Amino acid sequence: MNLTLKVWRQKNSSDKGHFETYQVKDISSEMSFLEMFDVLNEQLIKEGKEPIAFDHDCREGICGMCSMYINGRPHGPWHANTTCQLHMRAYKDGDTIVVEPWRANAFPVIKDLVVDRNAFDRIVQAGGFISVNTGNAVDANALPIEKHKADESFAAAACIGCGACVAACKNSSAMLFMSAKVSHLALLPQGDPERKNRVLNMVAQMDKENFGSCTFTQACEAVCPKEIKVTNISRLNGEYLNAAFTEQ
Amino acid sequence: MLNSKIPAGPLDKKWTDYKGHCKLVNPANKRNLEVIIVGTGLAGASAAAALGELGYKVKVFCFQDSPRRAHSIAAQGGINAAKNYQNDGDSVFRLFYDTIKGGDYRAREGNVHRLAEVSANIIDQCVAQGVPFAREYGGLLSNRSFGGTQVQRTFYAAGQTGQQLLIGAYQALERQVALGNVTQYTRHEMLEIVKIDGKTRGIIARDLVTGKLERHFGHAVLLCSGGYGNVFYLSTNAMGSNVTAAWKAHKKGAHFGNPCFTQIHPTCIPVSGDHQSKLTLMSESLRNDGRIWVPKEKGDNRRASDIPENERDYYLERRYPAFGNLVPRDVASRAAKERCDAGYGVGTSKQAVYLDFAAAIERYGRTQANIIGHHDATLEEVIKLGKEVVKEKYGNLFDMYEKITGENPYEVPMRIYPAVHYTMGGLWVDYELMTSVPGLYALGEANFSDHGANRLGASALMQGLADGYFVIPYTIGNYLADEIRTKSIPTDHPAFVEAEKEVSDRINTLMSIQGTESVESFHKRLGKIMWEKCGMARNEQGLKEAIVEIQQLKKEFWSNVKVPGKIEEFNPELDKANRVADFIELGELMCLDALQRKESCGGHFREESQTEEGEALRDDANFSYVAAWEYNGDSKWNLHKEELNFEIAKPSQRSYK
Repeated sequence: MNLTLKVWRQKNSSDKGHFETYQVKDISSEMSFLEMFDVLNEQLIKEGKEPIAFDHDCREGICGMCSMYINGRPHGPWHANTTCQLHMRAYKDGDTIVVEPWRANAFPVIKDLVVDRNAFDRIVQAGGFISVNTGNAVDANALPIEKHKADESFAAAACIGCGACVAACKNSSAMLFMSAKVSHLALLPQGDPERKNRVLNMVAQMDKENFGSCTFTQACEAVCPKEIKVTNISRLNGEYLNAAFTEQ
Repeated sequence: MLNSKIPAGPLDKKWTDYKGHCKLVNPANKRNLEVIIVGTGLAGASAAAALGELGYKVKVFCFQDSPRRAHSIAAQGGINAAKNYQNDGDSVFRLFYDTIKGGDYRAREGNVHRLAEVSANIIDQCVAQGVPFAREYGGLLSNRSFGGTQVQRTFYAAGQTGQQLLIGAYQALERQVALGNVTQYTRHEMLEIVKIDGKTRGIIARDLVTGKLERHFGHAVLLCSGGYGNVFYLSTNAMGSNVTAAWKAHKKGAHFGNPCFTQIHPTCIPVSGDHQSKLTLMSESLRNDGRIWVPKEKGDNRRASDIPENERDYYLERRYPAFGNLVPRDVASRAAKERCDAGYGVGTSKQAVYLDFAAAIERYGRTQANIIGHHDATLEEVIKLGKEVVKEKYGNLFDMYEKITGENPYEVPMRIYPAVHYTMGGLWVDYELMTSVPGLYALGEANFSDHGANRLGASALMQGLADGYFVIPYTIGNYLADEIRTKSIPTDHPAFVEAEKEVSDRINTLMSIQGTESVESFHKRLGKIMWEKCGMARNEQGLKEAIVEIQQLKKEFWSNVKVPGKIEEFNPELDKANRVADFIELGELMCLDALQRKESCGGHFREESQTEEGEALRDDANFSYVAAWEYNGDSKWNLHKEELNFEIAKPSQRSYK
């Protein structure tokens, strides 16, 4: 199939940026979306033009590196999917596809479609862990955990930290990302001793990073490649209130 | 001379004895000792966290935008540990023995036994960190079986075990960053080792955002930079996975161990066309429930569902009745290749076999029907129930398969074919994980040490975390205890200046060529040579041809590569060019290593050395050694042999029949 692509080009974080239009030909429906970009980049290199910078690594939907905003939706049209797993059979000959980077104050553009997501690391640094030094652990089966709680914790821990939730949110809020981490740890008995400080510190860090507030439109859940549920946000709010009112 | 520094004494006392006698560094001195860690996968992140906790001053580097993205994240199936929670006969000894045997007797007994010993601690540590492993209804941890073993010792978190373990290690690492014990450098790539008076004293790294080179001092440097499967271009590795850090270390004196030992994983999604950029693994855990088959008739073009049961050849069950579909990876891969080469392959390319879940769906469905008391369920109802069970076990893998192929594996069998997955070879290290350069260590997949010629499933995660959490914290102290008088060396030292100049000269050369061919196309050409001549089956003639072709490719690369953009900017093409240049050199060494090893063992199959039934035939009399290659200038290497002594696990012809 032949396609028209309108791609955001931006030299660096201080450049204003603009859309450029490209034509790609003979794209196979079996290609992944990023392989289509590989084809385009090879074409640009041959023409002596600069290839388009985009983030990607594992190309199997788990590392969270790929991050394209495709026709107004993070990771494109498929449900519960990452850009790298989007395949070209989602499109038909003659389609026009608009591709932008994640847009959020907290995610400055580095180049073209590449953004800086280190803010997520800093939120985790603020409390997204259990303080247990190596070697301190007791036998793994000494602490039975109800299966449904372990499963629920796992479902939250499945977050890949891609930032699609932020990109989809009209307020650029990081609440789904953060609530996934808070839930993962709050649902487990191991996470209990630090649960109050964890949620207070992580929320404080999120605010410091210039993410917006949550108005619960649930756009985040709709685009999350790992189907992280907004019920985690409710849990986060509960955890936060409880911690804020009972803080020593 | 190579000294593996294996402690004396009985096998099961070596590690205990080592820990009891190695040198220690007191806490005040640890604060003045700086350690550089390259790579943040399971080995790197766990080492950084553990050393930070101990009080060392740690700097950690990764080329991705966050440590959490390292490719350990993609490991699906699980992590082994000798917990014997299932009461099915497992023990430290059995895990040790399975690993040595699975590696086809080409790994060190001492290292492997230590790995089995610490395996149980890993599970404890991960659970304490909040890793949400799969559990039974009683609240205790669940296990499953994996290839090459007859016990259930694999712990897992759905099909995302690597992700959960890495996030555990990443969180421990971020905690140390927050405490100020570790400084984290993301989007940085190590491009050179700095040596002063024969010891490793730092690295040159490139900031991939600004393109600027940086100098970093360390009393010791740990390379946790993963494997080199991407030398084949198509592999299950992430696009960025590369050999550059290990290769720079090799060229600065670190020996490279068993470079030709590559694991070709049997269950991957087949190649669909020339556009393909990477291959995707379908976890080995699927072989617990999926049955592998091809039609009994050559060139049978019927749909899978139209081929009746008695016209299907379940060739693994036929050839290996004891292990069936759970034979080790090398055996399963070769068997698939054999069937396809003989003309029994399926799908449009005919380079695929079926992995069929129909029987498992029905079996699980019946059990589930009994559980809910629905004893006269129709077949349709049974299948519906069975699909739900399979979905819970493997749902994410089935979804991934469907996204990539457009086929629904609940309805039609998966088509799979072997693909490059893991490299057992790597930097040669001694018992302390130190390379042949003092102060330079290699951990995880980056070293050669524990898997011999073939790695068993669910052992990579185990080794990465063993090295990082439980081995290096002890062994590095034994070296650094003698370094407490070495003050931090300023990075204007001539050795740093010179190393940086080497890097910048090389980058300038790359950028100045401005030829006509893209980096990608050179990488593809290299991959094709490697796959055809140094892949699943190798022979003398092919390997000799490959060496000549690679040398030719190298000349062409350095005279005709086209790298667009500028040096001092975000330039992924330049990053890739640096990596592909190193892959080309490594490819030559891999072929050289495969050529000298005239036996077949594990994943290394020399066509000249096979049994009458086509199984790999080892030659213990001549090849029971680790091949450690010393770099000796352009396309020149010296081979050092480290003899392997088997005191406990006596080598025998591996049999899974």
